[in-house]
Amino acid sequence: MPPSILTINGATHSFEAGQTILDVALGSGITVPTLCNYKDTTPTGACRVCVVEVEGARTLLPACATQAAPGMVVQTESPRVVEARKMVIELLLASGNHNCLVCEANGECELQSLAYRYQVTTPDFANPPDTPYYYEDDNHMLVRDFSKCVMCGRCVRACNEWQVNQAIAIGYRGAHNKIVARGDFPYVNSDCVFCGECLQACPVGAILDKHAIGQGRPWERRLVRTTCPYCGVGCQVDVHVKDGRMVKVTGADAIPNLGKLCAKGRFGWHFVDHPDRLKTPLIKENGAFREAGWDEALDLVASRLKDIRDKEGPEKIGGWCSARVTNEENYLMQKLMRAVIGTNHVDHCARL
Amino acid sequence: MTNSIAELEDSDCILVTGSNTTETHPVISTFIKRAVKFRNKALIVIEPRRIDLVSHATLWLRQLPGTDIAVINGLMNLIIQENLHDQAYIAERTENFEALRETVAKYTPEYVEQISGVPAADLRRAARLYAQAKAASIVYAMGVTQHTSGTDNVKTLANLAMLCGNVGIESGGVNPLRGQNNVQGACDMGGLPNVFSGYQPVTDAAARAKMEAAWGVEKLPDWVGLTMTGMVPAIPEGKIKALYIVGENPVISEADADHVVKALNKLDFLVVQDIFLTETAQLADVVLPAATFAEKSGTFSNTERRVAPVRQVIAPLGDSRPDWQIIAELARRLGYPMNYAGPEAIFEEIRQVTPSYAGITYARLEAEGGLQWPCPTTEHPGTVYLHRGQFSRGKGAFFAIDHRDPAEMPDADYPLVMTTGRVLYQYHTGSMSRRAPGLEGKAPECRVEITAGDAARYGIADGEPVRVKSRRGELVARALVSPKAVAGTIFIPFHYHEAPVNKLTIAALDPVAKIPEFKVCAVNIEKA
Amino acid sequence: MTTNPGPCAIVPTDNLKPEVLDRLEAIIAGRRATPGNLLPVLHEAQEIMGYVPAPMQAAIAAGLNLPGSDIFGTMSFYSMFAWKPRGKYIVRMCQSPPCHVNGAENMLQALQAELGLAVGQTTADGLFTLELSACLGICEVAPAMQINEVVHGNLTREKIGQIIADYRAGKAPDFRQLPYSTKDYRHYKHCPAEPVLMDNVGLIDPMEIQAYLDRGGYGALKKALTTMTPEAVVEEVKTSGLRGRGGAGFPAGLKWSFTRPLTVTPKYIVCNADEGEPGTIKDRYLMEGDPHKVLEGMAIAGYAVGASRGFIYCRGEYYLSQHRLQHAINQATAQGFLGEKLFGTDFSFNVEIRSGGGCYICGEETALIESVEGKRGYPRLKPPFPGVSGLWGRPTVVNNVETLSSVPAIINRGGAWYKSLGTPDTSGTKIYQVIGHVQTPQIVEAPVGLTLRELIDTYGGGLRPGRSFKMCQTGGASAGLVTAESLDVPMDFGSLAEAGGALGSGTMLVMDESTCVLDFLRAVAVFFAHESCGQCTPCREGTLRLLQTITRIYQGRGKMEDLAFLERLAATLQDASYCPLGQSAGVPLMSALKHFRPEIEAHIQEKKCRAGACQAHPS
Repeated sequence: MPPSILTINGATHSFEAGQTILDVALGSGITVPTLCNYKDTTPTGACRVCVVEVEGARTLLPACATQAAPGMVVQTESPRVVEARKMVIELLLASGNHNCLVCEANGECELQSLAYRYQVTTPDFANPPDTPYYYEDDNHMLVRDFSKCVMCGRCVRACNEWQVNQAIAIGYRGAHNKIVARGDFPYVNSDCVFCGECLQACPVGAILDKHAIGQGRPWERRLVRTTCPYCGVGCQVDVHVKDGRMVKVTGADAIPNLGKLCAKGRFGWHFVDHPDRLKTPLIKENGAFREAGWDEALDLVASRLKDIRDKEGPEKIGGWCSARVTNEENYLMQKLMRAVIGTNHVDHCARL
Repeated sequence: MTNSIAELEDSDCILVTGSNTTETHPVISTFIKRAVKFRNKALIVIEPRRIDLVSHATLWLRQLPGTDIAVINGLMNLIIQENLHDQAYIAERTENFEALRETVAKYTPEYVEQISGVPAADLRRAARLYAQAKAASIVYAMGVTQHTSGTDNVKTLANLAMLCGNVGIESGGVNPLRGQNNVQGACDMGGLPNVFSGYQPVTDAAARAKMEAAWGVEKLPDWVGLTMTGMVPAIPEGKIKALYIVGENPVISEADADHVVKALNKLDFLVVQDIFLTETAQLADVVLPAATFAEKSGTFSNTERRVAPVRQVIAPLGDSRPDWQIIAELARRLGYPMNYAGPEAIFEEIRQVTPSYAGITYARLEAEGGLQWPCPTTEHPGTVYLHRGQFSRGKGAFFAIDHRDPAEMPDADYPLVMTTGRVLYQYHTGSMSRRAPGLEGKAPECRVEITAGDAARYGIADGEPVRVKSRRGELVARALVSPKAVAGTIFIPFHYHEAPVNKLTIAALDPVAKIPEFKVCAVNIEKA
Repeated sequence: MTTNPGPCAIVPTDNLKPEVLDRLEAIIAGRRATPGNLLPVLHEAQEIMGYVPAPMQAAIAAGLNLPGSDIFGTMSFYSMFAWKPRGKYIVRMCQSPPCHVNGAENMLQALQAELGLAVGQTTADGLFTLELSACLGICEVAPAMQINEVVHGNLTREKIGQIIADYRAGKAPDFRQLPYSTKDYRHYKHCPAEPVLMDNVGLIDPMEIQAYLDRGGYGALKKALTTMTPEAVVEEVKTSGLRGRGGAGFPAGLKWSFTRPLTVTPKYIVCNADEGEPGTIKDRYLMEGDPHKVLEGMAIAGYAVGASRGFIYCRGEYYLSQHRLQHAINQATAQGFLGEKLFGTDFSFNVEIRSGGGCYICGEETALIESVEGKRGYPRLKPPFPGVSGLWGRPTVVNNVETLSSVPAIINRGGAWYKSLGTPDTSGTKIYQVIGHVQTPQIVEAPVGLTLRELIDTYGGGLRPGRSFKMCQTGGASAGLVTAESLDVPMDFGSLAEAGGALGSGTMLVMDESTCVLDFLRAVAVFFAHESCGQCTPCREGTLRLLQTITRIYQGRGKMEDLAFLERLAATLQDASYCPLGQSAGVPLMSALKHFRPEIEAHIQEKKCRAGACQAHPS
């Protein structure tokens, strides 16, 4: 079947059945701003930021949720569209306490970008800054700040569609709408499993990584892609680093996890700079450890192993590899045991 | 895994057994749940505990602990009876089918119900769901393997998969979920007593000759070494005098932990290399401080055989060093210079001697993100699923296997079954997860999971401290009356040194894999 | 307000008593196989303790295998569910525009004083909880309230005192024993033309199927099933020109003709009995007075489009309607007018009632469908239209009660006959409703084309003595205002739209010159802010800002820039909202600005209410 044609901003574009106006526009390099649209989840067409003008339609239509149709004539930045979009942004800015100064999302906030792009400032009909909002800060992983929530529902779809943890939903009605867990209890008392998918999906600063608060702006952080050190799934993670310290971990949009993580992968990295870390070799003397230099410790190990190998035989020595260290290290370890010591008593905890 | 994680979403029927996937492999569980919720795929959960996955399941078979073989044999019997097996596949690609047919014949639904408690009608439904699926995938974990019959359990699952032609196809397969980040890689790299990297047997003269040449040594040992579970009892017998332990904490993780401590204390020399002063490190003569994953580079191989890069994020803390540097330095002091410029140089050597890794390079990993072995050449795209067209050994062999009881069954003195495992927020011996405030905050203590009925029987209320005893040891922890629990069975996680459950577990091993029977031992319980 | 001061920290988490749990488990077991069972289960579960506490939600989640978050998310969407303890009697005071213009605010004060309660509170003796309702659907007796199932209308301070005293004394009426919930239809002034819809109402015993049969009931169904093809039925309805009576006026036959040829099964008929449009009270008379006619119309529709299952989505406040309908369903099923293989044909049709939970938006057909499926009443994107993909993704015809009730007559007497009634734009008869500042608010069935003047003078008993006509909100809260110049416009879909109003549901809210237009707009804004589902930004946030800004002007704190803002806001609501609710939320305002701009500006510039009605600044 030949691809169909529609017109966007005066130029024709081809599309395939099933594509939305947004798909076609983005595929053609036309930026249509979005907010509630999120990574392969069901488009809801709810935030109305992506509304476009379609010839013949009574009202503006959401580009994210409107199927492209042959012969459609679409305007993505007409005065009518821009007027509606600005009002939508204005209403969102009015709906909470959108103060960027100390907001964690500053620099990567999608509402901020929209306000900037359309030059919308906080309207004078906004809720006063002292309006009380629900603020949830009762655990060491996630903080929820409803003064920043724009009710885009991305967290709900991330939770229900990407992770299928089904821990949150939209609750209440109208302007009272709120993201709720079971019984509208805090996350810690709900079905939430702290995968943090909601955090990753939030376009604003309404869901925060507790330990990253105040630890650096997005532009100050360096991202390093690596592999999660916990279970065998091998999730790809982006570690955010500032001044040589880990700030937070986010899921990388890569195989195998496609951006998803679990509580351990996302919030379980604090062992790295924990005060209990071993920082120097230890040698036991008279039943107690004392700190030692590397040369001393390694010489001692080498001489004792050599001693036992030479006197008792290499088969009296065992070496345990580790499911926790790299391939290269495991390879070297078994090479050490086999080629240098001369023993095949090599194993690791595959069975535990 | 024979197949890949992403393929699960397209599997028409997913059979999960012995895996509490949402807690132990949460991200893999999302693929399973998405398959059910958004693609209308069938999910069969065979599991004694009411794990979270049960609420997503099309069908839940709740077997008694230790009766997996009976259930799977029952499924196979029904599939054969109803002629739902893949006869062409069996004829073309497998052998020994007749023996299987004869053995499973006696596992009638009624007989299986007697052994396992699984209702005959459910067994029938499960047999049809699995056998009639175009592509069906089996997912399992330690709940299958940590039994004295672990090897047989796995073979039985392989039987089932082959019976329906599900091995060597997309979205099918037999898929063990590996519990640790690089347990796959540790095996691939020859961290086993019987093989070099790439599973080249140490008993094979040609393989030895190849490695001798590559490593520049005259003679490599030609005997099969002991497993960990074999080395520990060998210590008191004087057969092992020194151990060099890298990144393991057997005092918490091994079965019958008191015996482990006693054994390690009998060593002439113990070196432990780790990131924390673990319970095991405390017994060492020398402790070497290693760097964490964030402080070094290299590769991990995940459960789907995907080799992925580990990149250094920050500098090693204090004087700690990456394990590879420590090992290389030690080798030099033992008279064998290991002069690697870095992990990539080591990986280059791995490629040379390991055919399945030969096509993987750091440059490719940088460009492609990850590669699944076997990847024999640098042009090879990697292998998404194994045994396509042909099994690695030629024909797939059926094994005729019978059910047998676990090593230790409940009796009058120890009337309850105890199983062990993980909870979502903790990991293994807890040395990492217990130092993450968020995780520790959610699961700060060991809880003994028990049914409301059993709790009432023993006069225990939710949250009350209980004493659990086996023939080998005891622990005290608070009870958790839970709908997840199985009548007659308690579940205790093994993450907590305050309540080291492996003091209670039995060191009964599977005869082949030498895996301990963590999933069944007999205990009693009382209010503490 | 957008503020949510905190989670329901006060939700008790104690375990349920065994007898409560037993009842709950029986409810769950009874409904486990019902598709979209959450709302029925919540309604029934709420009966046990008067509210659904967190442990009950947890038990429902486990029993229905639904996420706990969805249970709360869904129940908190509907006004009629509670998760905190409430009194034995729930007193719901109506604050809809029709009640508002009849002094509901004063009555609320009286009620608060009588009970000693603020809204949302419960008396210390646990007897009364005071709640507000955005609309109870009892506008002919405005100002009105409902205590549990029973309506109390035409309230005065004295009456309120008496009613509360009666309840305190244990004299609570049983709604099932009442002949009707508001007024006796027989006492209304009737149109001389022959009734098509109301021919039985008031004449027959609605609890007795034989009475309906004696009047020729189910004859049309028999005729359709035994002598006509489904296509012929569709054709007949097309010929009749019947336009949907819910408000939008879409031709019913055309709607059916989209669904008829589809081969997807099953298909569904949904009777929209949500009657939530303020001022709209007509469907209640049909359901209470002639329930079998609704069922017969549904069954014919089912036959016509090939659906074998019907749902009546009835608003939750209409207890008596639901009671009578359920009784009618039981009788009709027992006597073979519903059920399997009707009249010896292969056609089967079963009907189930689903109760709403106090949500205006659920009158929107796609929101209604979501609600039947057991979810929050969020409208869906169209297309696809329900006729193609509705309930559980299957073709679904959604028709209003009045529309479906017109069908038996069309089948009996022919589409051409029906077409001959009414106007060329809108054929047939229409149940008009005249409410507000008239002497005798009532409903009347008349051939389409009655003028507003006739409706007010002949049926509404004229304006109150000494008062003159100021304006009328036509067709419901979401439509525009007309002034005296439109009094002689024939009230059909086309003519009223042309006049800047709308026929809508046929309700006419008449207001005399004592009404302040801003005060009225404020009541409308309260309604929309309360009833916005919150799915899309313009409506969720916009209806709130509309209310805040109008209130500010009303209170004498307005600025002229506010009007510019309101106009911009109304334009965006209309242009960018998700569904008709938001799209029309600004329509009354725009209409008022057109007709009464000087009056509104006077509130800002002169701090003066020309109607002399505003408490903030009397003239």
